[in-house]
Amino acid sequence: MQAVATVNPNQSALAPRLLIGVAVAVTLLIVVAPLAYIFARAFAEGWRVYAANLMHPATVHAIWLTSIVALIVVPINIAFGIAAAWAIARFRFWGRGILVTAIEIPFSISPIIAGICYLLLYGRQGLLGPWLQANDLQVMFALPGIVLVTMFVTAPFVAREVLPLMQAQGSEQEQAAVTLGASGWQVFTRVTLPNIRWALLYGAVLCTARAVGEFGGVSVVSGNIRGQTNTLPLHVELLFNDLNATGAFAAASVLTLLALVALVVKAALEARRGA
Amino acid sequence: MTAVAAPIRAKRVLPGFTLSLGTTLLYLTVIILIPVLALILKGAEIGPARFWAIVSAPRAVAAFQITLTAAAIATAFNAVYGLLMAWVLVRYDFPGKRLLDALMDIPFALPTAVAGLSLTALFSANGWIGAWLEPQGISVVYTIWGIALAMAFTSVPFVVRTVQPVLEDLDPALDQAARTLGASEVTIFTRVVFPQILPAWLAGCTIAFARSLGEFGAIVFIAGNLPFKTEIAALLAFIRLEEFDYNGAAAIALVLLFFALVLLVVSNRLQAWAARHRGA
Amino acid sequence: MKHGLIKAAVLAASLGVAAPVAAQDSILNVSYDIARELFEALNPAFIAKWKADTGRDLTIDQSHGGSSRQARAILEGLAADVVTFNQETDIDVLAEGGLLPADWRDKLPNGASPYYSLPAFLVRAGNPKNIQDWSDLAREDVAPIFPNPKTSGNARYTYLAAYAYGLEQNGGDHAKAQEFVKAILSSVPVFDTGGRAATQTFAERELGDVLVTFEAETGGIAREYADKGFERVTPSLSLFAAFPAAVVAENAEKKGTTEVATAYLEWLYSPEAQDILAQNFYRVNDAEVSAKYAADFPEVRLVTVDEVFGGWDAIRAEHLADGAILDQVFVNQ
Repeated sequence: MQAVATVNPNQSALAPRLLIGVAVAVTLLIVVAPLAYIFARAFAEGWRVYAANLMHPATVHAIWLTSIVALIVVPINIAFGIAAAWAIARFRFWGRGILVTAIEIPFSISPIIAGICYLLLYGRQGLLGPWLQANDLQVMFALPGIVLVTMFVTAPFVAREVLPLMQAQGSEQEQAAVTLGASGWQVFTRVTLPNIRWALLYGAVLCTARAVGEFGGVSVVSGNIRGQTNTLPLHVELLFNDLNATGAFAAASVLTLLALVALVVKAALEARRGA
Repeated sequence: MTAVAAPIRAKRVLPGFTLSLGTTLLYLTVIILIPVLALILKGAEIGPARFWAIVSAPRAVAAFQITLTAAAIATAFNAVYGLLMAWVLVRYDFPGKRLLDALMDIPFALPTAVAGLSLTALFSANGWIGAWLEPQGISVVYTIWGIALAMAFTSVPFVVRTVQPVLEDLDPALDQAARTLGASEVTIFTRVVFPQILPAWLAGCTIAFARSLGEFGAIVFIAGNLPFKTEIAALLAFIRLEEFDYNGAAAIALVLLFFALVLLVVSNRLQAWAARHRGA
Repeated sequence: MKHGLIKAAVLAASLGVAAPVAAQDSILNVSYDIARELFEALNPAFIAKWKADTGRDLTIDQSHGGSSRQARAILEGLAADVVTFNQETDIDVLAEGGLLPADWRDKLPNGASPYYSLPAFLVRAGNPKNIQDWSDLAREDVAPIFPNPKTSGNARYTYLAAYAYGLEQNGGDHAKAQEFVKAILSSVPVFDTGGRAATQTFAERELGDVLVTFEAETGGIAREYADKGFERVTPSLSLFAAFPAAVVAENAEKKGTTEVATAYLEWLYSPEAQDILAQNFYRVNDAEVSAKYAADFPEVRLVTVDEVFGGWDAIRAEHLADGAILDQVFVNQ
């Protein structure tokens, strides 16, 4: 964090105070209030009910499933993000610009649409459906489908963080290392990785948060089998529809806590990066 | 500008071109391009006449209008609020600044469905905020304002996080020079600061707009889902799917996809412009 | 790794064959939205019975959602062994997709409908707007709550029942019946996508004056929200709503669950299951059980889809198709 605080001493302190006041007030209203509300409702019936809601086998399973999905998706997206950033930042080739845009497609596509895309491809009536049926492979309404859609939705996160940094840093150091006889792997682990590690972690944190929270796309391909293919965000909806609002908010509070943890990690990383 | 010049030389020196590009293309193809292609093929199957009939049906047109209007409201709000946040976070020092900064990432990290559930409960007539707004005759939940609210919540970080770094990089000496020359704070902002952050601000707003068009999870809870009033395009695609109308779903999805791609290209152009602006 | 997995699978399979004590059956029941509590009550009873009869352990997985949405998911590969729906048309769709035989209605008694219900009302404590019948829903000062008839089977019954009432009141005049239904639809403040979401809107968000949903749901909700004092109202006339069940033959054969799946659905007709159904406010055909819970089920004149509309095929063509009557009165309002 660089301190650019350049409040002019001559200037009346009224304008900054007013601006800060408005910024804080709006943030309280539309960002903090929803957070506070989730916890208020989750604990509305006390600690015991809260704990009981979280210990319910279906909720535990949803937490477990969501963790598995994140554990599969995030490492793959890290590898993809590094590969994409390396190719785009370190080489010139035809279609580079198109590639950058293609990587960002998932950012602006509604996850619902992503789900529909996968259904049209892997569904029983989809393009690959007959072949999957013949080979007895279950993609949709099972873990593979959930993982694939989550991969789609979170694909850009790591690349987007690492790419600008690698472009800004240039490749002199890496070239020097190559000239000195380092192998490709050595260049990557000794030179590139230390330079991008904070951006990489930052991207990974955002990617994890998004993977854990994905709802729209997964709801199309999950089949909502209670205790089987229900991820945590879907489980929130399910509990809500079970007329168990307190349970729904308890499950939502787990997601909110994860989001907050991700943000704390991210803030810590930024401090490290700035230092 | 070594960053731009370096890769040309690098092509001969650095290893891993085939591996990294190969991995990238493989992943992009399997995870993103082929599924999107499946959608486009489905759309092509319909034929232009039927496609046009689906997307120009009154209900579909209304859904597109509602989506665009709400996204425009949300983006207009974020254009101001996001800029204000970026300005406050970069230019002023005050207690709790880091916390406020961190809070700006909540919408990124919080699952949209959870956000939607919570916003709906807050702003409904018997919620914390709704109970206070409703007597003034302001209904948020189940109106287009609710849709805009959910969109604004999920897309505000895009504006803040695009403008913030540019604002941080601005040379304070310029402000100081203008101030010495007797320019008022307002003049300094409009004449000196704003032109420099304009490309980034526009790029941020474009991404926020694109994100708003595609938002679903947060909106289904807070919108009334009334055809012609509060039914958004993504929901209509979802409804068509539930009605076994794959063609209808694919056609509407394709229109949304087209909007998204155009906006993405615009945003990338703007960001390239912003980078040049900064580099110059 | 791969070999390890295969070995493990072979080992598991051989253990399953060699040791019947560890026998484990598993079926997936894909069901409509508001059946959550019902099957939570029914399944343990059947699991116990299956264990007693065969000595085998059984797990029943549940998936709930809008009936049509569930049918689509099965068409796309959701591996349901049995379906318990609230729409015959949604099982017909599965038959058309080749997943089960076209004559599924003949596989179980009562047209494969082990229980039934009807659209009924739930009003706020003390019935402040004095809502008694369908005609009250068309009043300008009454805001009814029910889900989107385009996505929810529940709401489709509501639409059809209101239409049937409109027809009867107007001596079979279709134009007038459509006016009547349109008046009801235009005063609905919010259309949720599923039956349960509409219940939430009425009960939790406290929106609207009357919730129109299956009688089973009105009974369950009145009990669940006893503190809010909701009251059940049964209209003078309503539509017989079959709740059909079927074994998804293709999936069950592939998974080897045909026997247990069939037994499960047949058991739904047993006095034990019918009693649980009645406790959950579903009407049943078992005479003894019906008599026992008669107080929960007020007299109502029930008409059927066949009598009023000439069957589901006619409804699909005349009412539900793109641009048909439902679109005209619902969408183009």
